[in-house]
Amino acid sequence: MLDADFFRRWMTIAAAVIDREADRLTELDSPIGDADHGSNMQRGFAVVRASLDKEPPDTPGAVLMLAGRQLISTVGGASGPLYGTLLRRAGKALGDAAEVSGADLARALRTGVDAVAALGGAAPGDKTMLDALVPAVDAFGEGDFTAARAAAEHGAEATIPLLARKGRASYLGERSIGHQDPGATSSALLFGALAEAAGAGE
Amino acid sequence: MTAADRRVGIVLVSHSREVAESVARLAAGLSGGGDTAPVAAAGGTPDGGLGTSSDLVSAAAASVDRGAGVAVLVDLGSAVLTVKALLAEGDELPEATRLVDAPFVEGAVAAVVTASAGADLDAVVAAASEAYAYRKE
Repeated sequence: MLDADFFRRWMTIAAAVIDREADRLTELDSPIGDADHGSNMQRGFAVVRASLDKEPPDTPGAVLMLAGRQLISTVGGASGPLYGTLLRRAGKALGDAAEVSGADLARALRTGVDAVAALGGAAPGDKTMLDALVPAVDAFGEGDFTAARAAAEHGAEATIPLLARKGRASYLGERSIGHQDPGATSSALLFGALAEAAGAGE
Repeated sequence: MTAADRRVGIVLVSHSREVAESVARLAAGLSGGGDTAPVAAAGGTPDGGLGTSSDLVSAAAASVDRGAGVAVLVDLGSAVLTVKALLAEGDELPEATRLVDAPFVEGAVAAVVTASAGADLDAVVAAASEAYAYRKE
């Protein structure tokens, strides 16, 4: 079973990973975006970590809802409301249980990813974060953290040949081809952090 | 409270503080001057950079809420997504807040003019959305 400590650990590891990879995310966002994805995510997750430290929520759902709320209010770019919605909806779906199972988390993440798709109006194949999130949630099953991480990473790499159909990158048309999507890349980092929190081996 | 006190509020959300503030001035200026509906700009990030701040959006909506509803017009990208995310959560914006599907500049002018004339929220939203129908060639 997964408790609030587990979810706080996930968010803390995510903040550290985003911090470490911020330059790479911004680099990926330079040719096809507005070169702010790394710094936006870094700022958002630093606030998430600080607010979880300050007043640690005592249920898994509350941890994700607080994290999501902070991302919506501090990121400043489109990734804020998108990741914020992902975590808030997932948190809401977990309810106020003190511990949740892998299957509960799978259902909650699915709810969150569906909300992201509805909010952004994107579908898999549009070269967005959904290209990592959807395969990750599909692979997660009832709690296979390693498979979810691998699917997210594979999904992010598979955005390279895609033509962007959403967001600023879509204005570039064919010139968006050949670049890995920064949002899909940060989504893979979040699933990497989730696997690390669960102690799944590389 | 008179009808004039209960006019629909308008919030203009842009990636840029300058764009939001300029469009707010333009819309108020074109609505005949005098006593216009409350308009608030929520542009850029709190430090003046490009982006969207949900805190600025929430504060702007609260500042123009007179109890007759708030119409929110947005430019693109994170401005659209931030307002949608705030509306989906239900408790961050005044009760009768609507995201208006409208062109930013033309829609803002239409919204402020109709709201200043005392129209209700449905009429303000309709007027702003109809701005899409204005052909330029």
